[in-house]
Amino acid sequence: MSGMSKIVKTISSIIFPFITIYGLYVIAHGHLTPGGGFQGGAVVASGLAMLLVAYGSVWTMGKLKEKHLSINQTLESVGAIGFIGLAFFGLIFGTKIFFNNFLVNKQDYLFGATVKLGETAANINTAGILPLMNFAVGLKVIAGLFGIVLLMAYATRLKEGK
Amino acid sequence: MIYNIPYLAVAALILLGLYALIFKRNLIKMVIGITLIESGVNLFLITLGYRKESIAPIYTSSPGGIMSFPVPQALTLTSIVIGVAVIALMLSLVMHIYRHYGTLDARETRRLKE
Amino acid sequence: MLTRNIAGVIVFSIVAVFFIFTALLMHPFGVPDESDMDDYIIDNTQEETGANNGVTAVVFDYRGFDTLGEATVLFAAVTGVIVLFRRLKK
Repeated sequence: MSGMSKIVKTISSIIFPFITIYGLYVIAHGHLTPGGGFQGGAVVASGLAMLLVAYGSVWTMGKLKEKHLSINQTLESVGAIGFIGLAFFGLIFGTKIFFNNFLVNKQDYLFGATVKLGETAANINTAGILPLMNFAVGLKVIAGLFGIVLLMAYATRLKEGK
Repeated sequence: MIYNIPYLAVAALILLGLYALIFKRNLIKMVIGITLIESGVNLFLITLGYRKESIAPIYTSSPGGIMSFPVPQALTLTSIVIGVAVIALMLSLVMHIYRHYGTLDARETRRLKE
Repeated sequence: MLTRNIAGVIVFSIVAVFFIFTALLMHPFGVPDESDMDDYIIDNTQEETGANNGVTAVVFDYRGFDTLGEATVLFAAVTGVIVLFRRLKK
């Protein structure tokens, strides 16, 4: 899979930061607006896949080593461990059940503000462990989907080389 | 009967996918059929969770009124991500089959030995 | 091959008739039969989880086990793709 024309490469390079910022916005506001970790992660991974398609797998594999794939998979594992670890912390604090939301409505901690019933204003400092889980799952989805696309591009390069 | 048009759309999607699975021989087209069936199932879940003149179950800037069901939407979200993972695995297997046999015809890929 | 096609047509027709009749006999669109669980979640999501978004509250709090299994499936799929392409090095 070789690269595309210079116009496509330039436009992809210009658009890519905006796509990344939008995806991170969707992840960070997952408990307030439509979206969340999965959707925002899919948006960011789509931007990365767009860059990969625009520049071609030959150029990309010239830049990337196997070490970078290991870093990618390490990030995915960090996301998974963060998610399960937050779930296990619910066994230690609070009412001691799995997936207990132990940070909600505790004013002293991060994301601990109380929301009144029926309030329609958006306060990002709420929802306890839900934003943290959104970040963990977002990291996991970004690394997972981009890893899949990267490996497929690697395989197509091998096919052309023969 | 006019109220059942979304269910008919679900049936049409699933039947299209089933048609591709039964009558097509190309492995890529069979994968496309599986994704069509998956879209039909996702549409069915979303359809079951809708109430008349309801809004999305989000309180931020909500105009008020009854809300649609959040549980089918959450399960559909889970289903979509699982679908992406499964499609990636299927396409990787198809790439391996093409590399091994040199063809994508499902009739040719029956040999167990080399 | 001809018999195989005929069998496919028969199976497809049976499934098609089944699906279309089921779609016609479903309860009307937009009028669900029971809504107790979802009404509870909609009423209590702001109080119990502090989140304004009901879907995120269900995904990460009320039904966290589903999300855990889904994350496991995603991890397993990525691992499977890596295992498939790892042998092709050279």
